[in-house]
This record gives sequence, C-alpha cells and structure tokens, in this order.
Amino acid sequence: MDARVRGASIFDEVEALLPLVSKPIQYVGGELNAVMKPWESVDVRWALMYPDAYEVGAPNQGVQILYEVINELPNALAERTYSIWPDLEGLMRKAGVPQFTVDAHRAVGDFDVFGISFSTELGYTNMLTAIDLAGIPVYARDRTIDHPIVIAGGHAAFNPEPIADFIDAAVIGDGEEAVLRVTELVQGWKDAGQPGGRDGLLLSLATSGVAYVPKFYEVTYLADGRIQRVVPTNPDVPWRVAKHTLMDLDEWPYPKAPLVPLAETVHERMSVEIFRGCTRGCRFCQAGMITRPVRERSMSTIAEIIDNGLCKTGYNEVGLLSLSSADHSEIAEMSKALADRYAQSQTSLSLPSTRVDAFNVDLANELSRNGRRSGLTFAPEGGSERMRNVINKQVTEEDLIRTVSTAYAAGWRQVKLYFMCGLPTETDDDVLQIAQLAREVIRAGRLATGTRDIRCTISIGGFIPKPHTPFQWAAQLNHEATDSRLQKLKEAIRNDREFGKAIGMRYHDGKPGIIEGLLSRGDRRVGKVIFEAWQQGARFDGWSEHFSFNLWMDAAQAALADEPVDVDWYTTRERLQTEVLPWDHLDSGLDSQWLWEDWQAAIAEEGVGDCRWTPCSDCGVCDQMSTEIQVGPTGVTELPMPILRTSVVG
Amino acid sequence: MRYAKRGRLRFSSHRDFQRAFERALRRAGVPIAFSAGFSPHPKVSYTNAAPTGTASEAEYIEIGVTAACDPARVRIALDEALPPGLDVLDVVVASTADFAARLEASVWQIEFPGLGTSAVQAAVDAFWAEQEVLVERLMKQGKRTFDARAAVLVTKVESVDAAILASECAILTVVVRHSTPAVRPDDVLAALRLVADLVPPTPPRVTRLAQGPLAPDGQGVGDPLALDRG
Repeated sequence: MDARVRGASIFDEVEALLPLVSKPIQYVGGELNAVMKPWESVDVRWALMYPDAYEVGAPNQGVQILYEVINELPNALAERTYSIWPDLEGLMRKAGVPQFTVDAHRAVGDFDVFGISFSTELGYTNMLTAIDLAGIPVYARDRTIDHPIVIAGGHAAFNPEPIADFIDAAVIGDGEEAVLRVTELVQGWKDAGQPGGRDGLLLSLATSGVAYVPKFYEVTYLADGRIQRVVPTNPDVPWRVAKHTLMDLDEWPYPKAPLVPLAETVHERMSVEIFRGCTRGCRFCQAGMITRPVRERSMSTIAEIIDNGLCKTGYNEVGLLSLSSADHSEIAEMSKALADRYAQSQTSLSLPSTRVDAFNVDLANELSRNGRRSGLTFAPEGGSERMRNVINKQVTEEDLIRTVSTAYAAGWRQVKLYFMCGLPTETDDDVLQIAQLAREVIRAGRLATGTRDIRCTISIGGFIPKPHTPFQWAAQLNHEATDSRLQKLKEAIRNDREFGKAIGMRYHDGKPGIIEGLLSRGDRRVGKVIFEAWQQGARFDGWSEHFSFNLWMDAAQAALADEPVDVDWYTTRERLQTEVLPWDHLDSGLDSQWLWEDWQAAIAEEGVGDCRWTPCSDCGVCDQMSTEIQVGPTGVTELPMPILRTSVVG
Repeated sequence: MRYAKRGRLRFSSHRDFQRAFERALRRAGVPIAFSAGFSPHPKVSYTNAAPTGTASEAEYIEIGVTAACDPARVRIALDEALPPGLDVLDVVVASTADFAARLEASVWQIEFPGLGTSAVQAAVDAFWAEQEVLVERLMKQGKRTFDARAAVLVTKVESVDAAILASECAILTVVVRHSTPAVRPDDVLAALRLVADLVPPTPPRVTRLAQGPLAPDGQGVGDPLALDRG
C-alpha cells in the first residue's frame, strides 16, 4: 500500500465504494455546522466516535459538545467517525481503505487521540472493528508512538475493565474539562519532544488524574475467581481515579452550533440539557447515581441556547433533556415562556418526562397547546407497591390512576407505562400486578373520557444490575425465568376479556440482557470474551438483526475455558459486601458504605427521599468531590430577546 | 426554483433533500405557507426528483409563501442556508399554474471512467438497432418489465480530453422523454448491458444536465421557467 500523507483526505477512495453500499449518504459528511480545520494548523488532533451507525451516533449530544469544545481551541481540531455498516466494511478491507472521519474524510489512524463515547456496553465490538479498520493494533499493549491514544468515555466507562486491554485510557464523568486537560497534556508532551514516548504520555494522563490508564493497574485473582486486589504499578498513579463533574453549566452553553445531518437519523431535533445529574435515588438507575449532584442550567441560558440553535439549524423541534426534566426548579415558568414564544412558529417542544403526577400532565398540556396530544409516558417501573419501595420509586396506585385520568381527560389518547422485570426480590406476582395496574388505567380512562376507545401500552425491559448503584451486588434474573415471567404477564393480559384488547405489551426476550449484564459488571477477563466474539463476527450488538446470543455464549465458553468463572458467575450470582468489585478503583463519588446500606434498605423495602427537597442522606458525592447541588429558581420571568433575523420579504 | 445536487451530495436521497430544504426555509426566514388541518405541512411541491446517486444541475421545486418575496434575495438566502453541494441556482415568481407538465424530458450525462468511446459507441449503436429493449426494475408493486428504448430520443458519445485524465473516459449524453414508468439512467445502462454486454469497470457517474419542455427539433430541452420569467 502506498504511504498516505498524514491528514490527507481519502474521500476519493471511499467514493469509489459508495455506489455499492446501502445509505451511502451516511459516509459523506457535509453536515451543516460541521467544522473542518487544516491539518497543519493545529498540534493536537482528536477523532471522536459514537460506536454505532451514523443514524444513531450523529445526534449524540456528548460527541456534539466535545466536538465543539475541542474545535474552539486554537491548537486543536476534532472530527467525527461512526461505525461502518457491514457491507462497506467488507469492501473497505478488500480495497485497503481505513476507518475515516466524516468531516474531512481523514484516516482515523492519523489522529493523536481517538475518543470513543459509550452510552451502552453493546458498542464494545463496534469499537474493536473501528480500531482494527483504522489500522491500530486492537490490543493496547501492541500500539506504538505512531498510533493514536484510544480513550473511552460515556457512562459505560465507569466500569471500563472489560475493555481495559483495548483502550489506553478512560475518562469518567463529564468530558468538557477533561478533554481540555488531555489536549493540554498532549500539547505539552509534543512540545517537550515526546518524553518517555507513548508510555510517557500515558503516564502523564494517569498521574494528572484526568484519566484512568489500565496499563498502570494490576489485577490479581483469588482461586475461586473473585478479584483479590487492584493495585497501581507506579507510585505516582492514584489508587482510585475520580470522575469529573462540571459545575456552573451556564458557563458552558453548548451546543452552540448543532450539527444538522443530511442523512436520516433517530433524533431530528435541537437538544438542550436543562440540567445534569439526578437526586431521585432510584436504585436501579446507573445514570442517576453516577451523574450526581444535580446542576441546573438557568431558564435564561436555556432560552438562549434554544434560540441560537434554532437559528443555526432550522430544526422545528426542541427537546428539553435531562434525566427527569419535570424536576427542573423553573420548569413551569420555562415551559410557559417557551410555548408562548414559539406558539406561531410551527416549532414543537418536547419534554421527556416520566414522572407519575399531575404536574407532569400539566407541563405536557402546556407544551402541546397548539398541537396534537398523542402519547404520554409514565414510569412506575415496579408492578407492585412493594416492588416500587424496593427500587425507591415512591408511586402509589392512586397516584398512577389519578395521573392517567388527568391525562386522558386532557385529551391524551395513548398512555405508555414503563416497567422492569427481574428486579431484586421480585416474584411472579409483582409482575402480574402490572396487568392489574393496566386494567385500572383503562377503567379510569374510560370513566374520565366517557369513551371505551382508550389504549395503554406496557413497555417492559429486563433489569440489568449496574456498577455504582445500590443494586451492583444483586443477582440478575436468568433469561429463562425472565421469559417465563413475561409470558405469564402476556397471558394474563391476553386472557382478560374486558380490558385485554385495550392493552398492548412491548418487551424483549431475556437473552440479550444476559450479555449486557456480562459486559456491565465484567472484569478484565471478559475482555477475552469480547475479543473472541468479535473475531467470530459480533457487530452492532445493539441491533436485534445482528445480535447473536449463541455467538456470545460460545465465545464465553471458549474464552473462559481455563478460568474458574463463567457467564452465570458474572450475571446471576449475588455478591457479598466483602467482594472487591471490578470498578471499585473508579470513584463515582458515591460512598461504598452508603451504597451497601441503600441496598439493605431496598431489601427491607424502605424508601429514601430526593436530597434537593429532603435532608441529605450522605451518599458521599458532594463531600468527596467538593461539588454541590446547583439549582434555581433564578426568579427570572422573561426570556432574553430572541436573535434578530434578516427578511427575504421583498 | 431550480437547484443543483453536486459532487458528493449526489448520494443524498430525495427525502434527505426535503428535510434539508425545509430546515433551510426556516433558517432563511422564508415566509412559507402551511397546509391547513391537523398536521400542517409546509407548502412545497417537489417534482420528478433525480434518483439517489445521481448528480443534477436541474432539479425543480415550487413553494407557496404568505408574503411577496424578492426572488433574488430568496435565492441567496436559501443557497446560503443549504449545505454546499445543494445549490439554489434560479428562483422566479410563478405566474403559471401547470409547471410540472412542462418537464417533458431530461438530458442525462453518463460518464464511464475506464471505458473508451468505441466500446460505448458500439453499445449505443446496438441499442438503436433494436425496436425495443426490455429491462426489469423492482417497483413498489413488484418487479416490472418495460421498454427502455422508446423514451430515448437522442444519444451522443464523446470522450474526455485524454490530457486531463490518467485513463480514458467516455461520456454518453442522452435525452429521455419523461414517461410512465420512468426510464431512468439506470435503465439505459441496463439496456446497454443487455444489448452489448457493456459492463463498466467502475460505477458510471450520472448527472442530469437539464430538464424541461422538449425543444422543437427534439434534440434537447428548453427552460421550464421561461414562461414564468414574463
């Protein structure tokens, strides 16, 4: 293969293959607000990846924000890359075309840093494909100074042990300040003549505390398979690596220029994070636990971000995002002001909220004043009140019925209810009570509207215990039991003559959840399973048409043949408090004792309040990380002036 | 208005363009009219879009607006609001009703990198020698067989100046009457493959050069916006 010039566009080579693949536009780039800088104009170059197909990855807010933050630096540039669909992957391997960015179509292997953001562990095999296609050795230990530093981020990076052999570093928590620091360190290392070579750079990342570098930690095991200890191998490297928490979100008003893809993507809207973090304390929720504390954006800043973003993009939909948007301290004022402002402009505002209370319905009504009222979503999560106490979702059946009645009476036609199956201490009866709840919802709806044409959809996901949550010690329910329980629920609904037809049920079978469980709470030995599965062709594991449970189980069998552990050991086994967990050396700020006590409280069916409004329960985050809850209200009642636009009226 | 789909943006589909265009209307502040009813749509009519993978210098749309607009300012604003490669070239105020009917035929340019003019000319000659050439295409209703020959009015084979390229490249220009089912450049290529075994070594590059009313001599097309220019 002829030597390519570093940083040169390889689009010609890609273009030759595009007429032969499906949805070629996803590889072309050319999005509105894409940033392209000359290669030689900067010193530090990032390739950012969301490891899924373009249609899923392009709208990702995490990558969008880091893309902007890095490109604002005078000494750095950032470009984006996504997973290549299998048809093009085959052609690229044959033609010797490497993984490329969609901005300027540069070879990912030419960059200094390859940052990969994981919302889900199911992207791990796609990561291996991208690394391999980029011409980078898949195992980190085989890389040289010619290869980029591969850094993982996103929620899954809070337990990066299963991919420890494939990444050079992991950044946990908010990425904005971290990427600035990493850029600084890379610049410094380059300026100083690359002291220590590749390892020198990795060591500086580790000792600075900005990232976890697996290379400098050794894991030893006990004979029965449990981890004995995780120990730094270098005296200057921290024993535990802390997460990053961005405070004062108003100082970071991103996105400022959202990318607008040409190709069709899963979210076609302007997204604004109205706050980060969550203090509701739902015990199953990793996102809520690891993003503490709550930090709000003010209503004024949110309005400015929206106005600017709509001007720059032309989107006609705005999403007000967070883990629990109805909890924003100014949400009522904000929703009204925004609905007023955008009333005549054919712009729709969406507020994903699953709170089970009338306030949620009021908000939804406000935002849909002029539009259609189709579906509202609520998330009781547990079928019985007992179950809801276990998971700390303080919702009674009366709350639910009152709320859905309000919704139906306000003209909402469809109600969707989220539940989980396989929660700790759950029995068949807890899940069968979901059917009971659904019946009462329909009954209440018919009463509230006077019509029988009321629908309710139940959506059930399999529960997967996650690291850094009170349920991290719990046993995952095996897939046979999950399927059997769901089947019983399905039958209970189907056999209901009076309400059965009005209730829809959406669910997946239990097998994919087991593999996700393996990857979520795995340790470094699971890396062997991932590699084996990938070699056997595992790709796009988040897509049901590509995921193969048998492929993964066979890979696990082969890869763990000489180990005292297996898939069950990682998933359906309950852990004791004394066990060293694979992610204990990654610090989410949550006090381990507090997590254990919350786990015990769960089993005892005791609830804990939201620390925004009830006394602090000492989860540890604010003390450990010197952070604090940042919430309003700001008392502002008017939105800032919108941007003036020129007219084409003649 | 007339717009172009150029370069790498030829890989965008018609729906991709629709989305991009509706966003551009909003960004440019064009006072677009909306349909009435439960789910209002912007009043944009698209007509006869080129297939995905084909570039074009002559795509046409008509929009309804709620206030009189200066066409020149609309052109500049929309062109700027669209990504480079989707270029708004010509905007006029519509003074006629039946615009779509004036799109009677298209002029397509097909480039064959790696093929010489003699191979392509021979295939074209074989094509003309037939009374009809039946090709197959998968439509919504299923596979359909139809004649690709009758709608083709004119063909011309040329070559790109050899000094510019490393290897040869033949260019075929075809004028095709719009019909139902439509005979697309893919169908012409399928026909050439059928009659003369013409198998290009690399995928040909297709561009629509123009579309409009058939010229009086039947050799080309005229400007479909001529009547509106007044």
